[in-house]
Amino acid sequence: MNFDFSDDEKMVRDEAARYLRDNCDRASLRSVLEGEAPYAKSVWKGLCDMGLPGTAIPETYGGAGAGYLTLCLVAEQVGKHLAAVPFSSSIYLGAEALLAYGTEDQKQEWLPKLASGESIATFADVETAQVLTPESISVSVQSGKLSGQKLIVPDGAIADVAIVLARSGPESLGLYLVNLKDDSVAISNVASVDPTRNTATVVFDQTPVVALSAGDGWQQVQNIYNRAAVMMAFEQLGGATAALDMAVAYAKERFAFGRPIGSFQALKHMMADMYVALKLAESNCYYAAWALSTDSDDLPLAAATARVSATQAFQLCSRDNIQVHGGMGFTWEFDCHLYYRRSNYLTLALGGLSVWEDKLVSSLPTPPTTKAA
Amino acid sequence: MDFSDSTEEAAFRAEVRTWINDNAPTYLAPFLAKSGFGNTITGDYDTLAEAKKWQKKKAEAGWACLQWPKAYGGRDASPIQSVIWSQEEGLYGKLSGTFIIGQGMCAPTMMAFAAEEQLARYIPKLASGEEVWCQLFSEPHGGSDLAGLRTKAEKDGDEWVINGQKIWTSGAQHSDYGILITRTDPEVAKHKGLTMFFLDMKSPGVDIRPIKQANGESGFNEVYFDNVRIPDSQRLGEVGQGWQVALTTLMNERLAIGGSIATGYPEIEALVTSLPLESGMAIDNPMVKSKLADWYCKAAGLRNTASRALTAISKGETPGPENSIGKLVAGGMMQDIAKFALDLQGLAGAIVDPEIAEGSARFQAMLLRSPAVRVEGGTDQILRNIISERVLGLPEDMRADKGLPFNKIPTGS
Repeated sequence: MNFDFSDDEKMVRDEAARYLRDNCDRASLRSVLEGEAPYAKSVWKGLCDMGLPGTAIPETYGGAGAGYLTLCLVAEQVGKHLAAVPFSSSIYLGAEALLAYGTEDQKQEWLPKLASGESIATFADVETAQVLTPESISVSVQSGKLSGQKLIVPDGAIADVAIVLARSGPESLGLYLVNLKDDSVAISNVASVDPTRNTATVVFDQTPVVALSAGDGWQQVQNIYNRAAVMMAFEQLGGATAALDMAVAYAKERFAFGRPIGSFQALKHMMADMYVALKLAESNCYYAAWALSTDSDDLPLAAATARVSATQAFQLCSRDNIQVHGGMGFTWEFDCHLYYRRSNYLTLALGGLSVWEDKLVSSLPTPPTTKAA
Repeated sequence: MDFSDSTEEAAFRAEVRTWINDNAPTYLAPFLAKSGFGNTITGDYDTLAEAKKWQKKKAEAGWACLQWPKAYGGRDASPIQSVIWSQEEGLYGKLSGTFIIGQGMCAPTMMAFAAEEQLARYIPKLASGEEVWCQLFSEPHGGSDLAGLRTKAEKDGDEWVINGQKIWTSGAQHSDYGILITRTDPEVAKHKGLTMFFLDMKSPGVDIRPIKQANGESGFNEVYFDNVRIPDSQRLGEVGQGWQVALTTLMNERLAIGGSIATGYPEIEALVTSLPLESGMAIDNPMVKSKLADWYCKAAGLRNTASRALTAISKGETPGPENSIGKLVAGGMMQDIAKFALDLQGLAGAIVDPEIAEGSARFQAMLLRSPAVRVEGGTDQILRNIISERVLGLPEDMRADKGLPFNKIPTGS
């Protein structure tokens, strides 16, 4: 039994942690929050200089080939520091989509650029204000040209290239590679609950596209999401850890009624519950990282489990961090709302909590009997 | 990461498996499989006798209390070997319930504080199950505030005279010996006036009475002491050092390793995958799905946390503080699951007759027993205090009795 990360994996994590601690400062985050920059370019450049986007991209495609266990630990640090960078869009979604379903030419062209950070990728699927379903997709490709609107695309105004889910025929969906810098693409920022992450509406008008490998586009999206969910869960885990740390630190230094507020059981117990949620999520994330790194058959269930637990943990920790801070927690000045915003944004990225609860139950080894009694 | 055994571990596991296959009381397996929550079922066989028989057989072959020194009836095994044994013993491990407190808590305390000749006399018989021990700590006035206990020990020559009452003593009715914490000095601060002993439970003046619990069963006892005499040679630790000795005992409370702590998850999954509701199968109902997913995450979280603890043990390290969350998560979860399972059955959920109720009334049994899980061995609130103070480093709660002599502490009675 060795259910722990190796020293090499931890070393990369520690380097990422050190870099982010020293460079991912609140000023960089707040300039994005205030709309002064679309993302924290210097932080992103620093991560790219360290080669971190390419952590799990194979060496043949310009990556480090260090594997998914390492990438998960890097994701945790990105989440912990609330980095305002397109790491998840470009790597967990863009690079993963290409690795899984790109043609050899597409991989050779794009993966080295994503690994180095020279290019940024994203993933465009949602079109309507409802849970994503195959029926909700009307953006379509005809004769190699893509037309229609994607309502909310993560990092849409930052990315150079997008993998787009589109209708390839009346009854079929496929994945397409699209150059977002093409003149036929209109991109406009759309305000979200988390202004520290870019979101945009993207409109295509007869935009030239190339298809990824043929297949059931909907199923391909599910497979990509299952993998992305593990890495996203590590980001959430990192965020939850930071929010709990912030609450604990404040409760130790803030006095009321002549004593540190952290000595009141009402608050201690709240923080103990945050810790419990965090530890359950952490252990489930570790297992999912293993399932991801070994391409285990258990991946869909492990990913959904990590995703649901990490979502719960980050939501609880960010919510109750505000509660521990009292009125100060509701100011723009304090960072509490940044965790709260990020937690709720990441909850919805890849579909919300109820979607993942549903996936979890559907993945149980004893599948539900749906047939009529 | 790698979930497989090392070569040595695999060899040890094979050895254990062979011995268990050849020696386990297979005739009890069908009954033990039905043992739920809180009780061991052995059909028409006497549970205590069968437990003692299995323990003796294990001890004779060197499979009892694996981590203890061979001289005391153990095997000098490593912690991970001990875990492998438990995993392989599986169902038959349920027979060990009678010995858990003696072997898990009393013995380590004895080993730390008793004299060599006492260890030679008592520990091997504890290992072999020949003698059963209990732990006499909780009192009507000393539960979460254990150090507020009042049972008095007064020195009389070479003996101590004990008067008072203990409560919630598991297995007292069939115990041969017990470890007992008493107050020897009421005029100093409460933690400083305590002294620990071990005693013969058959001593004159010891009166054991079963407690009828809220769920109608009786698994615990009250133990009364009326001028019970204990030789000073059976004192564990110095006079006034009882609290430090008690901490040794409590630190040895068995880690819930191997994900073995009962949560009710497998039972609720089985129910909702087989129960039809008005709108279809229960598991297809979105509300049911949401709750099931949440409980699955908690159960998986505990299992995966246990794997992390095993990893630490395997490397010769001590498991981290994340291991402290087990009972806190499991207790509340079981109570929620029981309530929900009954709700799905409508008024019929109220039936407790195992002949009639769904699943031999297991959810009804859970409903009525689970409140105790949230209290015994540290209440949910005490566990949250431990997590917040010892893990998160938050300040201690303000204590009204701090520094006061025990006999000056307000009691409300």
